[in-house]
Amino acid sequence: MAERVGIEVSVAIGDAARLANVDVIAAYPITPQTHIVEHLAELVANGELDAAYIPVESEHSAMSACLGSAAAGARTFTATAGQGLELMHEVLYVASSMRFPVVMTVANRALSSPLSVWGDHSDVMAVRDTGWIQIFTENGQEVVDHVFCAFRIAEDNKVLLPVMIHLDGFHLSHVIEPITFPEQSKVDKFLPPNSYPLPLHPDRPVTMGDFAPPIIYPEAKWAQEVNLRASKETILKCWQEFADIFGHRYSPVESYHGEKAKTLLLTMGSFSETAMTAIDKMRGKGKDVGLVRLRLWRPFPFEEFRRAVAGAETLIVVDRALSFGGPGGPVCSEVKAALYGEAKKPKVVSFVAGIGGRDISPSDFETIVNKGIKISEKGSPNEFEIFGVRE
Amino acid sequence: MAKRKPKSEGEMTWKDLEIGAIVTEPGNASWYKTGDWRSQRPTYDFKKCIKCALCQIFCPEGCILQNDDGYFEADMYYCKGCGICARECPTGVVTMVEEEE
Ligand code: SF4
Ligand code: SF4
Repeated sequence: MAERVGIEVSVAIGDAARLANVDVIAAYPITPQTHIVEHLAELVANGELDAAYIPVESEHSAMSACLGSAAAGARTFTATAGQGLELMHEVLYVASSMRFPVVMTVANRALSSPLSVWGDHSDVMAVRDTGWIQIFTENGQEVVDHVFCAFRIAEDNKVLLPVMIHLDGFHLSHVIEPITFPEQSKVDKFLPPNSYPLPLHPDRPVTMGDFAPPIIYPEAKWAQEVNLRASKETILKCWQEFADIFGHRYSPVESYHGEKAKTLLLTMGSFSETAMTAIDKMRGKGKDVGLVRLRLWRPFPFEEFRRAVAGAETLIVVDRALSFGGPGGPVCSEVKAALYGEAKKPKVVSFVAGIGGRDISPSDFETIVNKGIKISEKGSPNEFEIFGVRE
Repeated sequence: MAKRKPKSEGEMTWKDLEIGAIVTEPGNASWYKTGDWRSQRPTYDFKKCIKCALCQIFCPEGCILQNDDGYFEADMYYCKGCGICARECPTGVVTMVEEEE
């Protein structure tokens, strides 16, 4: 029987990785990811998980070790956060370019300086273009479910790309939630053994990460781009099958009372749940407002997104990262780009809120919506609004 | 003789590449036409040659082989025109000349 338990989300991720039968974990501990890898180290040390745990000296080495492991055809898992993700940066490109199905949970954290261990999406946005499939989760169940889905998607021989699962640091990584764990037999059926097609083997020598002169580099990059875009089909199929077996349904863009609403709020990550509470409150007062949550960040779900916001007059995007000197929050910039060519489109208002772990309450979301509507009617001299900063 | 590439990089499309641009043919570095880079080529006055093989030892491409008469001569598919053979030859057999456009 599936088991429903109260458990810290980080620990649950470790247990999910165990159920997913990972072969290799290479990780370096960093707040707020620490409990994930600590629990995995414990599982391996206690003999509860038959895997190699490689304690490395940095995140750069963690991802490098993951490359070697994935190249050998092993199911490879890691986790990081904030500065750790940035230290991995150059190796992230190698993982996706060499098409290694590594899965990584990222406990999203602000970037220094000033030093902050608390959550926001600065780390995610800085690795936007690294070629990984990137999925935002909102609660513990979603993270656990996505450990299984991520391996299934990553290792699909039509995809063969690494997957990042984003969960908000502390706000999600450190809370205790009721989570349902599927039975091992069901996980095994959903997630067949890794079948990486060109694993390193002395009988079949290959060269990985070769040198590419200008005459072939663009072809290699285009192959990667075509492949990442095409992965959406496999992602959708995986989510459909997951829903059929486990009953939890996921989509690239998810709507909450958003289908007919005049005003839409757009969020990603765990504060989408706070936003839902705010939407309930506002709708209770008769306000015509709904919520759109972006789940699939890469590949960007252009069609699903355009469909989800097509009927709205105003779209208020709440980013949890700053694009310094730029046109607004990074998600908002993409949203605007996705809508630019549309004949009928909502007015887009950009807010940046909740950076460095600053709480956003349901009433804050109400204020954001009210301000956003005013800006969409009267305009603003600013490219974007930063919410809640004392001036 | 070393393998020559069946399809040049310039003819390959993105669909011809293996996943992750992985190279699956062992030893195919021999396909790489280093002769493309050449701006000078070696010419020979074999009458002076004492068959000492110094040019072969010093050639960084390893592309100098003995011809049917036992003289040491560069394979122009690989010779990159560095001129090291001309510099090292003790009897002045090799003269570098400009490649014509
Ligand atoms: S110029 Fe001489 S040494 Fe240089 S690559 Fe050609 S044959 Fe070899
Ligand atoms: S170094 Fe000069 S003399 Fe010696 S084998 Fe080569 S060409 Fe002949």
